[in-house]
Amino acid sequence: MNASGPFDEMWGKEDTLRAPYRGFHSWFDQEDPARLRAKQREADELFRLTGITFNVYGKAEAEERLIPFDIIPRIISGHEWSKLSRGIEQRVRAINAFLHDIYHNQEILKAGRIPEEMIRLNDAFLPHMIGVEPPGGVYTHIVGIDLVCTGPGEFYVLEDNARTPSGVSYMLENRETMLQMFPELFSQNRVRPVQNYPVNLRRSLAATAPAGLDHDPVVAVLTPGIYNSAYFEHAFLADQMGVELVEGHDLRVVDGRVAMRTTEGYKPIDVLYRRVDDDFLDPLNFNPDSALGVPGVMDVYRAGRLTLANAPGTGIADDKAIYSYMPEIVEFYTGERPILQNVQTWRCSEPDALAYVLDNLGDLVVKEVHGSGGYGMLIGPTATKKEIAAFRRKLKARPSNYIAQPTLSLSTVPIFSRSGLTPRHVDLRPFVLVSPGNIQITPGGLTRVALKKGSLVVNSSQGGGTKDTWVLED
Amino acid sequence: MLGKTANGLFWMSRYLERAENTARLIETGQRIALTRLGDSDEEWASVLQSAGVYDAFLANNESLTKEAALNWMLRSRDNPSSIRSSIDAARQNARLVRTAITGEVWEAVNATYMTSNRILARKLAERDLPAVLRTIRQHTALVRGMMHGTMMRNEIFDFLRIGTFLERADYTARIVDVKYYVLLPSVSAVGTKIDNVHWESILRAVSANGGFRMEYGATGGPRQIVHFLILDKRMPRSLAFCADKLTDNLRYLNAGNRTRARSLEKVTELQTRYLTHDVSAIFDYGLHEFIQSVLVHLSEVARQIEVDFRFYE
Repeated sequence: MNASGPFDEMWGKEDTLRAPYRGFHSWFDQEDPARLRAKQREADELFRLTGITFNVYGKAEAEERLIPFDIIPRIISGHEWSKLSRGIEQRVRAINAFLHDIYHNQEILKAGRIPEEMIRLNDAFLPHMIGVEPPGGVYTHIVGIDLVCTGPGEFYVLEDNARTPSGVSYMLENRETMLQMFPELFSQNRVRPVQNYPVNLRRSLAATAPAGLDHDPVVAVLTPGIYNSAYFEHAFLADQMGVELVEGHDLRVVDGRVAMRTTEGYKPIDVLYRRVDDDFLDPLNFNPDSALGVPGVMDVYRAGRLTLANAPGTGIADDKAIYSYMPEIVEFYTGERPILQNVQTWRCSEPDALAYVLDNLGDLVVKEVHGSGGYGMLIGPTATKKEIAAFRRKLKARPSNYIAQPTLSLSTVPIFSRSGLTPRHVDLRPFVLVSPGNIQITPGGLTRVALKKGSLVVNSSQGGGTKDTWVLED
Repeated sequence: MLGKTANGLFWMSRYLERAENTARLIETGQRIALTRLGDSDEEWASVLQSAGVYDAFLANNESLTKEAALNWMLRSRDNPSSIRSSIDAARQNARLVRTAITGEVWEAVNATYMTSNRILARKLAERDLPAVLRTIRQHTALVRGMMHGTMMRNEIFDFLRIGTFLERADYTARIVDVKYYVLLPSVSAVGTKIDNVHWESILRAVSANGGFRMEYGATGGPRQIVHFLILDKRMPRSLAFCADKLTDNLRYLNAGNRTRARSLEKVTELQTRYLTHDVSAIFDYGLHEFIQSVLVHLSEVARQIEVDFRFYE
């Protein structure tokens, strides 16, 4: 590892074993690589058997694939984590305050901190939510903040996922798999548990139920169905929480409430953890062609007789154009300086920024404002001349559709390969639960890893893998 | 429980039972073919009829050969009741009801699916057939064992059992129907070797040869076989046994329900009308006609269950 290369979380820049990895490394050193290879195969078999798969979009028949799992854990010290989690909490608090403000008084626009047209002309802004008071005042019940690391304790927020962040089932199953395969690692290292997540999720959802219920809130998970790429996760979470997994056609509005068709008739639901996008949620109020949603659910919601998690319209907070204003947003609502840094972002809607981006396409990462899954983006340094030229045309045609960021030198964590430990780039998505007056962050999160040498794309849809993520008790 | 979930549980266990029955049926067919008594192609025709897939087979295949029949019943995706299609469908339904079944049941279903996809990926050599069929039966038995060992005895379990016993009753009835002519006491060839082989094949197809021998030794004939498969309540694949289990499970469901299910009344009707008489009454009624009536009644029960428990609306 040379000093100018990326920061490796195990070996630092100077090839010196970093403290959080000491316990793990002394174990690893004693292990026979052949046994570990066998364990790696065992892990794959375990994932296949338990059916931890995702469906690939764009295939005629939904094909199920495994997300590759790497057995080397990503390890974060308790000290690093406490700073990180303070930053995440601050950011999530700000996001909720921002959403409330945007759908009510719009103070931040009046104060001139964000240009008014950024909201007014934004597709993610949902006029149906204006003046609506979500139960418990919570907009984002579940948030996944995407972070990247560039040096010791240096984390940047890459993206705030405030709509329906996915991947938490992998966080849980990765840990379960590690516990089954290497129990000794967990007696030797003091790793903070993540397994309470489903219980906490259920409690957190129940705590945001509409006020004045005379019974325990009835919670259900709404999935687009068995062919959705994240169906496994929807079923997993419903199962772990012990609640029903419903689809749109199981639901109907009955007597002003959303109810599910049971074998004994329709039964009302109080909290719907929906994994269906806003657009498809209600064919009466949004996309009329949607077969995934429930006609009239928005009317029930606006009448305060249902909690939707996350609330409709939260997309305005994780929009990539709004992202660039996050430092202002955090300061405006918390009165504090942001603890977590944003990646420098050029908004191509602004002429000066566009000019700069067009001049430096080869060095920048350019993303669609509403894109996700690593699709529709340009990674300048690894793109061919032809790709850059093609992207230049797209960018000129619709500049406001894009933002650009510098290519960060993402940290690496070793993966276990044929040749032993080999560094690969990673990111981190911690999961945050929000209920009235309470923000809970599960220690760790989902570490995604680019399995191709030098690659910066960690998305599972593009061949990325995952790792168990440890936060140590210091 | 969601109506959709009840539907998924019902069909998951129906398809598993179907896969297992089809495996047993193929084993029986192969056995008869190997004994080389009678016309072996004709035997495959009757096997396909028992599985209820004969017409679809003829529509999709040029001629009836052993190879084509085996392929159709084992691995054809064009046959929705082939072993492979049944296991695919069972697993698809298991995914749908993943939250209702235990992790162990899910893993057993998923392992059945993974194994069947592997061993049925290519056309089978004849010498591999016994091992493949055995593996299928072992896997479906493992799923059933997991259900018994890990599932709560609640409405979820009831729907699984209802699916199992409806499918089983349907299958046993069809086996008897396809072979009813060898069971008629009036057939002059009674006591010939051919009849003995056919009788044994019927018993084998429902895994009843051992039980039957235990009960009747070497003395049993058609009358006893019909009694055994239709009326004997101790024989776990007989119509009377299946009807009892359907009654039990529908009763459990009704106990927890506010409304009384029509489907339970339908099963009671099935029992009083068809399963409480002496075997002579069946022969007097006409064995073929009797079975046809039972089959119609069974499909009415299935339809009524869909309505009673809001499978679709």
